[in-house]
Amino acid sequence: MALKQSVSLAEVEAILSHIPDPEIPVISIRELGILRDVRLDAETDAQGDASVDVTVNITITPTYGGCPAMDQIRDDIVSALAQAGLTARVSTRLAPPWTTDWISPEGREKLRAYGIAPPHAAARPQPGVIRFAPKNIATHAYSTRAKTQNDPGNEAVCCPRCNSVNTTETSHFGSTACKALYRCLDCTEPFDYFKPY
Amino acid sequence: MMAPVATASTVDHDIDQHIDYLLHLADNALILGQRNAEWCGHGPILEEDIAMANISLDLIGQARFLYQYVAELQANGATEDSLAYFRNPDDFRNYTLLELPHFPGKSGPLAGTASAERDYATTIVRNFLYSALMQLLWPNLERSTDAQLAAIAARASKEVRYHLRHSRDWLVRLGDGTDESHQRVQSALIHLMPYTQEFWLPSSAEAAAFSAGVGPDTTSLRLQWNKLVDDALDEATLQRPTDTGHVTQGKNGLHSEHLSYVLGEMQGLARQHPGAEW
Repeated sequence: MALKQSVSLAEVEAILSHIPDPEIPVISIRELGILRDVRLDAETDAQGDASVDVTVNITITPTYGGCPAMDQIRDDIVSALAQAGLTARVSTRLAPPWTTDWISPEGREKLRAYGIAPPHAAARPQPGVIRFAPKNIATHAYSTRAKTQNDPGNEAVCCPRCNSVNTTETSHFGSTACKALYRCLDCTEPFDYFKPY
Repeated sequence: MMAPVATASTVDHDIDQHIDYLLHLADNALILGQRNAEWCGHGPILEEDIAMANISLDLIGQARFLYQYVAELQANGATEDSLAYFRNPDDFRNYTLLELPHFPGKSGPLAGTASAERDYATTIVRNFLYSALMQLLWPNLERSTDAQLAAIAARASKEVRYHLRHSRDWLVRLGDGTDESHQRVQSALIHLMPYTQEFWLPSSAEAAAFSAGVGPDTTSLRLQWNKLVDDALDEATLQRPTDTGHVTQGKNGLHSEHLSYVLGEMQGLARQHPGAEW
């Protein structure tokens, strides 16, 4: 495979913006807010001359610490750029921590269209009392009650299929670390909710 | 590979004590993560099976960041895997509470196998008591003088809120549930509460962390923790048992016999095939 002689940042950005999230393939890693930094660095060759080969240094931020998709994302970045003849180095940055607030408006709309309710704002909640709401009080009054910062799960979550806010949480934890299970009380469909993080 | 944003030189106190403190936090997360993962495929209901797997994943993720950081600081060839899989019980710094089997008052050690007896009330009470502590500790650690620890804490703070919410919900549901569920969660509480005394007796690593601004004075969190616990127990119609008696010292490396069984299960494969990659 011939290495690229030169590449522009825009070309690299275009490649990166097409890499899908491994778990939710409708949304790209850029839209998810995982990509923090992209830099092009010319490598020097053995003679110390500036080489024509370019290394793409990419910084990503992990979503959930235990999310197994992070390794996959790293591999996907390296292989997507390798296909374009580019060498990539992927590093991880922990601070500031990734938040669902970094999901782009386009990304949020794609999530909704895919059947996953996008997350509410993850405004930093204060440690404090976490209220309990019995599962069986799946009434309209409960399901649409105003969100409170102390209760990340009991916000009014909009059904991605029929837009009703008459929904209830089935389980705090869903198919992946980032999602909770919900059910719409109007159209009766179950759906995933991307938890604010 | 992690890019460290802090190095040992930025932390102005004894490096061994500092590593001990980081291992205490990491081992807590790993051992509880391993214990909770014993429910994988055996949860009382499907949603809870998934919840336990999710919580374990978060805890093991926290442990991984901390081990990766410790490995950087040690710079002696240690890796996150060698720290998790090749240390012996007396090297572990987790609270004794977190290594206990999921069964109240069982005198003998219980391996974490699929056939081991498990009581979900014990699982819930332990997760609640620990999450209530970490809900207070992690935000404090976000202000640590160790920037890398602060960065890890900022992530963990987000995760522990969901863990506390989950275990508190179930504590109330079981406590204020049927006679049987009430009795089982009360028994679990009587069994586990004495182990929480270990939270409040600072180890030398915790004392060193406090004096270097790395971590808070753990005893200062006790009043807030009591309030979190008492409010939940009130709502759950449970009686708070006395927390007196022997104070365990898992965080100083003095463990119950149960830890060896946890490690036997967790480390067996890696130790049979050292250096294997998969």
